[in-house]
Amino acid sequence: MASPDAEAPPPTEPERWRDLDILLSRPGNLVHATFQPSPGLRDDIGSFVEVLVVGAGGLGCELLKDLALSGFKNLHVIDMDTIDVSNLNRQFLFRVQDVGKPKAEVAAKRVMERVSGVNIVPHFCRIEDKELEFYNQFQIIVLGLDSIEARSYINSVACGFLEYDSDDKPIPKTAKPMVDGGTEGFKGHARVIMPGTTPCFECNIWLFPPQVKFPLCTLAETPRTAAHCIEYAHLIKWDEVHTGKPFDADNAEHMQWIYSEALQRAELFGISGVTYSLTQGVVKNIIPAIASTNAIISAACALEALKLVSGCSKSVLNYLTYNGLVGTHIKVTEFVRDTDCLVCGPGTLIELDTSSTLSEFIKMLEKHPKLLMSKASVTHEGNNLYMQSPEVLEQMTRQNLSIPMFELLKGASFVTVHVSGMAESNGNKVSSLRKLRVLFKGVEEASKMDTTESS
Amino acid sequence: MAAAAVAVAEPKTKYDRQLRIWGDQGQAALEKASICLLNSGPTGTEALKNLVLGGIGSVTVVDGSKVEPSDLGNNFLCNSRVNKECLGQSRAQSVCSFLQELNDAVKVKYVEESPGTMIDTNPSFFSQFTVVIATQLPESSLLKLDGICRAADIVLVAARSYGLTGLVRVSVKEHCVIESKPDHFLDDLRLHNPWTELKQFAKSIDICDKDPVVHKHTPYIVILVRLAEKWADAHDGKLPSTRQEKREFKDLIRAHMLNVDEENYKEAVESSYKVSVTPGISTEIRQIIDDSSSEVNLSSSDFWVLVAALKEFIANEGNGDLPLEGTIPDMTSQTEYYVSLQKIYQAKAETDCLAMEHRVKNILKRIGRHPDSISRAYIKTFCKNARKLRVCRYRSMEEEFNAPVISEVQKYFADEDSCFAMNFYILLRAVDRLAANYSRLPGIFDSEIDEDVPRLKVAAVSVLSDMGLNGTSLSEDLVTEVCRFAGAEIHPVAAFIGGVASQEVIKLVTKQFVPLMGTFIFNGIDLKSQVLAL
Ligand SMILES: [Zn+2]
Repeated sequence: MASPDAEAPPPTEPERWRDLDILLSRPGNLVHATFQPSPGLRDDIGSFVEVLVVGAGGLGCELLKDLALSGFKNLHVIDMDTIDVSNLNRQFLFRVQDVGKPKAEVAAKRVMERVSGVNIVPHFCRIEDKELEFYNQFQIIVLGLDSIEARSYINSVACGFLEYDSDDKPIPKTAKPMVDGGTEGFKGHARVIMPGTTPCFECNIWLFPPQVKFPLCTLAETPRTAAHCIEYAHLIKWDEVHTGKPFDADNAEHMQWIYSEALQRAELFGISGVTYSLTQGVVKNIIPAIASTNAIISAACALEALKLVSGCSKSVLNYLTYNGLVGTHIKVTEFVRDTDCLVCGPGTLIELDTSSTLSEFIKMLEKHPKLLMSKASVTHEGNNLYMQSPEVLEQMTRQNLSIPMFELLKGASFVTVHVSGMAESNGNKVSSLRKLRVLFKGVEEASKMDTTESS
Repeated sequence: MAAAAVAVAEPKTKYDRQLRIWGDQGQAALEKASICLLNSGPTGTEALKNLVLGGIGSVTVVDGSKVEPSDLGNNFLCNSRVNKECLGQSRAQSVCSFLQELNDAVKVKYVEESPGTMIDTNPSFFSQFTVVIATQLPESSLLKLDGICRAADIVLVAARSYGLTGLVRVSVKEHCVIESKPDHFLDDLRLHNPWTELKQFAKSIDICDKDPVVHKHTPYIVILVRLAEKWADAHDGKLPSTRQEKREFKDLIRAHMLNVDEENYKEAVESSYKVSVTPGISTEIRQIIDDSSSEVNLSSSDFWVLVAALKEFIANEGNGDLPLEGTIPDMTSQTEYYVSLQKIYQAKAETDCLAMEHRVKNILKRIGRHPDSISRAYIKTFCKNARKLRVCRYRSMEEEFNAPVISEVQKYFADEDSCFAMNFYILLRAVDRLAANYSRLPGIFDSEIDEDVPRLKVAAVSVLSDMGLNGTSLSEDLVTEVCRFAGAEIHPVAAFIGGVASQEVIKLVTKQFVPLMGTFIFNGIDLKSQVLAL
């Protein structure tokens, strides 16, 4: 390290941020209604805004850089993955020496090394491991993910903070905006989700159709393609041969075994095209990814984040798609909210008897047709009523199970609670979080009578 | 030794996610390419960063400036562990040290020279490159550079970020694409015109077999070939063409089902339109084979030699059709039937390819080239993609600026979606004109913004009138916005523009996919960006 006092003084912040300040300090005609241009706006963003970046992969690395150079100074990044060699063609903050290290930690460190004044807190864990309140500290959540399940989870967390008034109108100050990006090869999307105003991820879930799976009978009886042979080895043959030993896609020996089995089967049926690379692609469901598309989509997301906090220009309404296969094709579509959305709406209504216990309530969630949620944990205004895990919390909250919900919720007639557990989605069990509005039968009438009397 | 082994990334593994898109051939083309970047501001460096990560052959940065405080606020590549260390250093050098860190397989060089001077004094410098990426250059320099690159047949990609707008423009005389890899393309099944072997195979299968297992595993290609024949027999040899006939044809298919849940019959109904496709050549391909470049001579490119052969093939062996692609989609079927069908399609494709090869050799002999000078692999790829060929030709910047196609420009102004982009296009040119007069961009000084708005408007009107568009009015809001921007290079905008530029370079170098046809105008206000072909 060079000794600081021997050097020329570092540039002043206004000199350094000349270009950004032009945008933030000057009035304009095509800006957001809330825009208050001022030379201090960048400082305010730096001091008062905390942003969470979900994912430190292809999009996440770009997002951290873009946000750090857009005036944001307090960033957090969460990612459970470690760095793999195949990340290096696009995740520009990682080097070959970093392989095996946590993505979030390396990415945060690299950006902080290069952009002075920015603080990035890494979280090397699963998104489900964080308490809901963790997510509430951020003004914006930016998603750089490649999985539908993870998007869906964060979306439900962010939408869970949205409160509705007594007329079922969303309360704007409780809305937690999200900016979501995604890429696949030369294509990508960027969108702004303002819960309660624009459609949430779940409102337009049909934009992300589930992956088509091969019927098992095709794999077992009438294989025709290389992928059929690979999936046969992966989904049927592995378990037949390795009873009780789970298949691990990250284990090179396991992958090699699938490959040679698939090759044998392909030869048997006269099918061509089984390669090691295809085997990996099919088994791990690899999505092709390149640096340029990630850069384009992340840049759009970061720009939208800057607009959301500063108002320095209009926001995208509300879904951008980029397609680089033929030319550079950009389309912006204004999707509409699903007013019956289970996630960003006021919450699923559940009617309970005042005598129903917490344990009965949890059982009821398993059978509720809109929820089908098993192993639910229940919270109310940040308080844990019952937690399935960790064990300490389970023990602490276990005694609540036999207590009536009405009592636990302190005799309120109409209450919002959050439940999280496993729910069915496209035939898979996935982590799910739902907002419920609990109405106690018979109580509402009483309280209504009370109001009538008092008025 | 063990430690050293850890620090080496196998290219196959490192590039796995992109090899799945452009393959070994595309990667080899990238690794052979040399890229020149003019100006290493964030727009340019972000473009280079993406290319270096992907393993481009070499990059050369031309920039004569020193790192200034403002670079530290918008250029990630200029920053270093201790920011101030970079200040005053050559910007090109500082950027290159980061680029090299990203990928040691790439040759990274820099020249400390202003791009303007390089263009003016050393035009032959550019002839060594595959692609020149020119960023943040004014119109006058760009015009000269375009002339230089065209004369040397070098691809030019111009990119500019300007506040919340910007543009990317590709310029090259001609770019021919064999592997355009479109997202959705009709399978080449020839159900409307099956050849002998396919007809014979279809006949060998009894589509009325009462064994339910056999019946529900008959591939839809066989069902459609047989039923199309049956239909034609009952309709004077014609295939279903009207909407009513197509509906009746579907009913005919359904009438052959044994059970309602037979997947292969459902697929046959869904694919029944493939029987009625218009036979012959699409207008796009017709245009290519009718192009004057298909009259080949010694200086013709391999692509055009192949097009010349293709023209002959269609008139002879092809009987009005292109060479068969030779692949079939997956469909419900017994393995045996499916594999047999695959072989029948492959065999026909090989026969077609052989005929093409023969014609290519004759043409090469005729124009005085060695008959084996075009590889069999190239011919095969060409035949496989014959329906998807693309020829992209770009007007020179000189033509664009001096001989605008008024009708096109007026069309853009009249269209709600592209009007915004057209406004930005005119204003970005007006900015350069104003800068030429005042030696500064409009809006640079807070105190002069109010005066600069009418000045910019005057400059924009002069651009419009030079184009022959007197009386076209611009959006007042956008004039004011462009003055507000004052040429600021905002990092996320630069990263977007640089990202688009690098994407286009990848397509131009790999000769896969279809590059941007014209000028991409970024609209950072509501993101509704457009491409203008000017
Ligand atoms: Zn919703």
